[in-house]
Amino acid sequence: MLLNALLLALREIRRNLMRSFLTVLGIVIGVAAVITMVTLGNGATRMVADQISSLGSNLLMVMPGQRLGPGRDSAGAPKFKSADIEAIEQQVNGLQAVAPVVGSAVTLVAGTQNWSSTVSGTTNAYLVAGNWRLAAGRAFSDDEERAGKAVCIIGNTVRRELFGGQSPLGNAIRVKGFDCEVIGLLAAKGQGGMGQDQDDSVLMPLRTAQRRLTGSLDIGNVMVSLKDGTNSSVAMMQLRSLLRERRKLADNVDDNFNVMDTKQIAETLSGTIGTMTALLGAVAAVSLLVGGIGIMNIMLVSVTERTREIGIRLAIGALESEVLLQFLIEAVALSAFGGLVGITLAFFACWGLATLMHMPFLFNPGINLTAFAFSAAIGVIFGYVPARRAAQLDPIEALRHE
Amino acid sequence: MSHPEAALIALRGITKTYGQGAAAFQALQGVDLEIAAGEFVAVMGPSGSGKSTAMNLLGCLDTPSSGEYRFRGIHVERLDRNQRALLRRNCLGFVFQGFNLLARTSAQENVELPLLYRGEPADVRHAAARAALGKVGLSGWEHHTPAELSGGQQQRVAIARAIVTRPLVLLADEPTGNLDSKRSHEIMELLVALNREQGITILMVTHEPDMAAYASRIVHFVDGLVAQDERSSPPAEVDACC
Ligand SMILES: Nc1ncnc2c1ncn2[C@@H]1O[C@H](COP(=O)(O)OP(=O)(O)OP(=O)(O)O)[C@@H](O)[C@H]1O
Ligand SMILES: [Mg+2]
Repeated sequence: MLLNALLLALREIRRNLMRSFLTVLGIVIGVAAVITMVTLGNGATRMVADQISSLGSNLLMVMPGQRLGPGRDSAGAPKFKSADIEAIEQQVNGLQAVAPVVGSAVTLVAGTQNWSSTVSGTTNAYLVAGNWRLAAGRAFSDDEERAGKAVCIIGNTVRRELFGGQSPLGNAIRVKGFDCEVIGLLAAKGQGGMGQDQDDSVLMPLRTAQRRLTGSLDIGNVMVSLKDGTNSSVAMMQLRSLLRERRKLADNVDDNFNVMDTKQIAETLSGTIGTMTALLGAVAAVSLLVGGIGIMNIMLVSVTERTREIGIRLAIGALESEVLLQFLIEAVALSAFGGLVGITLAFFACWGLATLMHMPFLFNPGINLTAFAFSAAIGVIFGYVPARRAAQLDPIEALRHE
Repeated sequence: MSHPEAALIALRGITKTYGQGAAAFQALQGVDLEIAAGEFVAVMGPSGSGKSTAMNLLGCLDTPSSGEYRFRGIHVERLDRNQRALLRRNCLGFVFQGFNLLARTSAQENVELPLLYRGEPADVRHAAARAALGKVGLSGWEHHTPAELSGGQQQRVAIARAIVTRPLVLLADEPTGNLDSKRSHEIMELLVALNREQGITILMVTHEPDMAAYASRIVHFVDGLVAQDERSSPPAEVDACC
């Protein structure tokens, strides 16, 4: 009986390819959509979480200018000087590293290749504060820092664009009319929390950048990293009052500089992504529901259409249970097949999208199971229940069904 | 209660009412009818007189509103759904007025279906279905679906499906309604042969006196009652098969 029902069910599936296809399609889309959205959301959250932890200890960014916001202008605010850096180093407690940064957008040329990037004039403290490791070469020597020698440390993207597969060490990069020797290569970090490429940068001694690129002794901004266990709000307060004092700001005047806690920014960002993941999940749940309604629809329509078929089978000697078993097998086979295709599709979609967006791909068995079970249950219930109603009619009633 | 000479089929006071309340319509108004094993009965009567209704009740496709239906002494009206399904499966063959073939399904598969539900193995099914289609003159049409067959051919597939199981009783509702007279006579000869050689009891609704003439007995329905019952020849010898 089971074998016969199986035979009949498969025969019906094959005979009604379009109907079977639509049923399967509904399930495939429902399952794939939910799994993809939730998996990608998880990946994004994980990516941000990883970036937060890769920031290591708390990092403060100090920038000249009014409090950040639209319409605020940093042009008029006084810049920092080397003396400010020394004062910060000496007077604020619990700091790990203080790195001055002079940024400049430049075009780099090496041999026949050129590349637009950002040069940061800074000190070795930058490597500590930014949690950078060197993949090859060395950091600046005291001599190079003091004398402002034309040397640089490059990020991995710059290496790739200018040198391809070759080792960059010892080669020269032409920056705004002077040649700069590559002495070090930063270990790759990948994308930053806001999507920027962290490896697209060139570091050179502060003096070198000031003298040859900006032509002034100003410092653009200051990166300050805190020792483990340092309370970042206490450090920020100390930093603020020190700078207010040095800039001789009266009590009723606003700061003309900003201190930002990057970890805080990243955490805010991750909170936002968490919200987006929840939102995506909700959209996914709705699409699963819509997919489910689609499946119900197809199943209901097809059973109505098939009431006559059920009548014929009953009339020529099928038992109610045999007809039901056939319909059950059909519904289970289609739903399970659709579910599996959906899972497979979602797997490749997630994998592809995660690779494309440089996100980790986290396979989530829970959501796979849930989506599968939900769609399959809808397929089976709505394939089976109307069939049962039809099979409980007298054969002649089912046969008269229009 | 049942004695050896009991009729194969006995209807007593069978009524069938369609609809309810003011819209109710009594299609059968107390039919009494006995049919002995081996008879070939033609059922005639004007359109709407309740012939199909009676055939459906006899074929266990429908349940009477009241009255008693005994099949080989068994009270059919007391059987449950599954028992009636088994009776259809093992003892009855039905040719519908509207064919009722499975759509998009080849003639061969349509004819095999009753055997499949009987649990016959595949090779037996194939051979029997082929033979039955051959008997109704459809050799070579096995792989055509109903949509690819003419009305008459569909009707013959329906007949093949009803006789493929060699039922104890064959119920045929206007089996020649869509056939030309040559085919009709061929089908009648087939039915007569089934009746004579295999002892299959046949009840056949027909409007054509020509066709009714093949039967050994003619029952006339008028307004939901048996109005006339004429016998022309004694029933064929029978040995029960199920
Ligand atoms: N499902 C139904 N619901 C309501 N009335 C019905 C139903 N089936 C049949 N009838 C009515 O019962 C009466 C008998 O119908 P039946 O089909 O038995 O006639 P018939 O003798 O087979 O006629 P025909 O020769 O045209 O096939 C008709 O008046 C018909 O309108
Ligand atoms: Mg009729």
